[in-house]
Amino acid sequence: MYQAIVFLPLLGFLIAGLFGRSIGAKASEYVTSGFLVVAAVLSWIAFFTVALGQTKAFTVPVLRFIQVGGIDVFWALRIDTLTAVMLIVVNTVSALVHIYSIGYMHHDPHRPRFFAYLSLFTFAMLMLVTSDNLIQMFFGWEGVGLASYLLIGFWYKKPSASAAAMKAFIVNRVGDFGFALGIFGVFVLFGSVNFDTIFANVATFIPAEGAAPQGQVALTFLGYALNNQAALTVVCLLLFMGAMGKSAQIPLHTWLPDAMEGPTPVSALIHAATMVTAGVFMLARLSPIFEHSATALTFVTFIGATTAIFAATVGLVQNDIKRVIAYSTCSQLGYMFVALGTGFYGAAVFHLFTHAFFKALLFLGSGSVIHAVSDEQDMRKMGGLRKLIPTTYWMMVIGTIALTGVGIPTTILGTAGFFSKDAIIEGSFAAHNAASGYAFIMLVLAAVFTSFYSWRLIFMTFHGKPRASADVMHHVHESPPVMLVPLYILAVGALFAGVLFHEYFVGHDYNEFWKGALFTLPENEILEHFHHVPLLVKLSPFIAMIVGFLLAYQFYIRSPETPKRLAAQHHGLYQFLLNKWYFDELYNFLFVRPAMRLGRFLWRQGDGRVIDGMGPDGIAARVVDVTRGVVRLQTGYLYHYAFVMLIGIAALVTWMMLGNSF
Amino acid sequence: MTTALSTSLSLLGPELILAVGAVALLMIGVFSAEQRANRLVTGLSVAVLVAALLWMWFYGRDGYAFGGAIIQDAFGRFMKSLALIGSAVTLFMSVGFAKSERFDKFEFPVLIVLCTLGMMLMITANDMLGLYLGLELQSLAIYVLAAFNRDSLRSTEAGLKYFVLGALSSGMLLYGISLVYGYTGHTGFQEIALALNGSERQLGLVFGLVFVLAGLAFKISAVPFHMWTPDVYEGAPTPITAFMAAAPKMAAMALTVRVTMEAFAPIAPDWQQIIVFISIASMLLGSFAAIGQRNIKRLMAYSSIGHMGFALVGLAANSETGVRGVVLYMAIYLAMTLGTFAVILAMRRKEGNVENIDDLAGLSTTHPLMALVLTIMMFSLAGIPPLAGFWAKWYVFLAAINSGLYALSVIGVLASVVGAFYYLRLIKIMWFDEPVGSFVPVAGELRVVLAVSAAFTLLYVLIGGPLGNMAEAAAMSFF
Repeated sequence: MYQAIVFLPLLGFLIAGLFGRSIGAKASEYVTSGFLVVAAVLSWIAFFTVALGQTKAFTVPVLRFIQVGGIDVFWALRIDTLTAVMLIVVNTVSALVHIYSIGYMHHDPHRPRFFAYLSLFTFAMLMLVTSDNLIQMFFGWEGVGLASYLLIGFWYKKPSASAAAMKAFIVNRVGDFGFALGIFGVFVLFGSVNFDTIFANVATFIPAEGAAPQGQVALTFLGYALNNQAALTVVCLLLFMGAMGKSAQIPLHTWLPDAMEGPTPVSALIHAATMVTAGVFMLARLSPIFEHSATALTFVTFIGATTAIFAATVGLVQNDIKRVIAYSTCSQLGYMFVALGTGFYGAAVFHLFTHAFFKALLFLGSGSVIHAVSDEQDMRKMGGLRKLIPTTYWMMVIGTIALTGVGIPTTILGTAGFFSKDAIIEGSFAAHNAASGYAFIMLVLAAVFTSFYSWRLIFMTFHGKPRASADVMHHVHESPPVMLVPLYILAVGALFAGVLFHEYFVGHDYNEFWKGALFTLPENEILEHFHHVPLLVKLSPFIAMIVGFLLAYQFYIRSPETPKRLAAQHHGLYQFLLNKWYFDELYNFLFVRPAMRLGRFLWRQGDGRVIDGMGPDGIAARVVDVTRGVVRLQTGYLYHYAFVMLIGIAALVTWMMLGNSF
Repeated sequence: MTTALSTSLSLLGPELILAVGAVALLMIGVFSAEQRANRLVTGLSVAVLVAALLWMWFYGRDGYAFGGAIIQDAFGRFMKSLALIGSAVTLFMSVGFAKSERFDKFEFPVLIVLCTLGMMLMITANDMLGLYLGLELQSLAIYVLAAFNRDSLRSTEAGLKYFVLGALSSGMLLYGISLVYGYTGHTGFQEIALALNGSERQLGLVFGLVFVLAGLAFKISAVPFHMWTPDVYEGAPTPITAFMAAAPKMAAMALTVRVTMEAFAPIAPDWQQIIVFISIASMLLGSFAAIGQRNIKRLMAYSSIGHMGFALVGLAANSETGVRGVVLYMAIYLAMTLGTFAVILAMRRKEGNVENIDDLAGLSTTHPLMALVLTIMMFSLAGIPPLAGFWAKWYVFLAAINSGLYALSVIGVLASVVGAFYYLRLIKIMWFDEPVGSFVPVAGELRVVLAVSAAFTLLYVLIGGPLGNMAEAAAMSFF
């Protein structure tokens, strides 16, 4: 069964990828979607047996992968509660996106390729979440990167899409470089890349407090000799660097908004629900290591909180409907990293789980909107769509209330975001690490912004007067059922995933549910403490949500002139936010342009002038020169010819006379 | 005396056939009707050449004639076969050309036969005087042939240039022979070798050697005695260019091999240096200068200069494999040259023959088979395996490396890389350029030559064994 979950998407990819042309688009769609639906159903069965049932964690070996020197890597599926959660997230969303795409990509001539890529992505993602060791995880990690690249650049004839695909790939390389170094570091420290071995050794790796410093060097990094504790921190930071790239955390976040150049279902699957959460999953999976490095966790908290507030502020002013949601994703990932940083792994995975539903819902909903208004993505050209596409409207509203965390505090009435996000905010207040105070303030502020930009999106898109041309408005139509049914299913998840599962993920049934898949030190009591925060803290997300909603209502329903006036008044700030804090410009200046200059220099001077000049071009030019000279000798004059003969014989005679060969 | 004469004459069967045949043909030509004369005499000339070839193959015996002035051996027979084949085939190819270009004078085939007789005497010569006589007979015939088209300025210019420079080279050769005679007291090859054996290195003799080799190098158009080649090749009527590129080269190369390997064997280190120099200079100049050419006959002139350089690489090795390499090289070169010139002769439009490389543009679409044959020839001339031209180069370079001539081999291989350029350019023009008009259909006799030479070049891998054995036997004549 577990093999089927993982390999059915691969089979789908192979069929659609290799035979897509011959079996046709329809068949490719049905084969890949069908396999994914089966995989999704099996995933839920796995979830109920492993996570909710009594089955202990286990490993399904597939084949021996690499055996060289001290490395012995099996290709194996590690099935525990964490994997099971990821399986249902990945396969459910993927299956729904596959089905949705049948409608959304209806007009595209390259559908077999599209569905093949989607299935390839799903397979790589499953490989990642079921990995039993770091090598296999890296394989999946790179596989999803590749699939992401292919899908962002799916419309490769669009220059902006190709550029975005390259940007995503290159920025991820930076993170992957750190990840790879981290894997090497782990191997140096623990002599293995298998999770079981690493987790078993990590506890004894750190010398007990008060014990005499061992003074021995565990790792030398960048010229620094590090002892065990420091070495572990460095390794954790390197691994986190990989997570930052994949999960779009500052300062490696720049690719995610651009990735919206890809088709909208791709954004929903890869850049909202699954791939970008790979970093969160990785840290959760490696919680036994991270838990031992307080420094690394503090850093994670800091980065997460900064990303959350940063992305939320940028989201306030964006006009592209998909970019707003992209920044929202970036911001929500920040929340998850704060939870990880504060040692609240359960909350991080819980938010990952709920976020997958409502963010996929929002993306697919916005896809439905874009579909309705003839591929327009600029919200300034929408408005007044509520009456025309009511189903999509309500789906988007459900996604929004789930994202903003609507619910009644201190009760169990609430949407998915209400449980997961509030848990993270409360956890950040209750935690004791150095960055947690900062994180708490930032997250509450971010919650205000989240509420504001989410409702802004709803108001600008669906309310007010239509701003689109009459022609476009005339064509506005509700999406077909094949696109709406996935929305319904996701809406159910967005509404009820929180209330149904919060006791398992972060509540009373924590231990029975996780069965040790997430590791916490005995002194980490956040699970206990976050229940006992002051009432005001518990109310803070709720208040933030209300404030954000009221502001948005004031700005976009009651007096639509206010935003323009504010933008004019605070022109500098507005531009700063609109241009995403000028990160792209900064990177352009620091890295891209110097790299281009270096490349141009090496190309023109190094390759063109030196290598070609001295090599092929130069030799060819000299040959032509010689030819010209030789041809010029052939004057046609008889006495020249005779002269050459005489010169020749004179030279030979002289040579034979002077050069004594005996 | 009579028995000695009859023995000598019996050894000279092929030469006698040619000599008597030439005189008889002249008479036939004079006394037959003018319209039919050329055609008739050409046909009979080919028959005479073939008869000489067959006589040699079936009745040829080894031995010395006329007191050692003439030698018949396997080497001579091999090279004479090549010369006869070259002459016969060019004569055969000229039929159509002669008719269309108002070229149909019966003296042409007669001169070819006489020239061939000169070559036969050169190859059989075992004495400096015999050598000189043969050479002059051959040369005089070619001087006339080069200027054969009297109405053409270019043709007469070519004939004149060749004659003046030829006279200069003859003078050098004679001067060298006299020096050699002065220092050794002999003109016979074996006697010279005997006299040189064990004697001190005499500077005067080395002078003589240089002059003799210069005279021979002129005939094989090796640098720096090559200057006549491009102008004469371009100026002479195409069938005569084909003849000059094919048959006389065989004779001159055979003579060079015999003189060096036989007469000057004891002072091999001396002549090896000269040959190495000439060889390198020829290979380089042939490769470089051909790149700048627009006229295909001129291009073939430089190509032949380069190829003589490659053949001399084998001679420079001064070994049995070296001589075998030279012999095979000449055989393969003959086939490639005849094939290429057959194509050049076929480059005929309604207005007349054309000679520019650009006229070949798009040949692959207008005359695919002709383009294919020329492509095979060019690839072979460039030395691309598995065609014959590759094996030719392989034999001579193998011999050079076995003799430790590494620098020569490296330079040779590099020169062949440069040379590959213009052969490949021709192929590019044929296959990738837009056609610029079409040629008239290829004449029957040219089709035969094209087919045979292409087959030889393509299938050399299969027939290389027996041919190699013959070449080996030929080379054994000197060891």
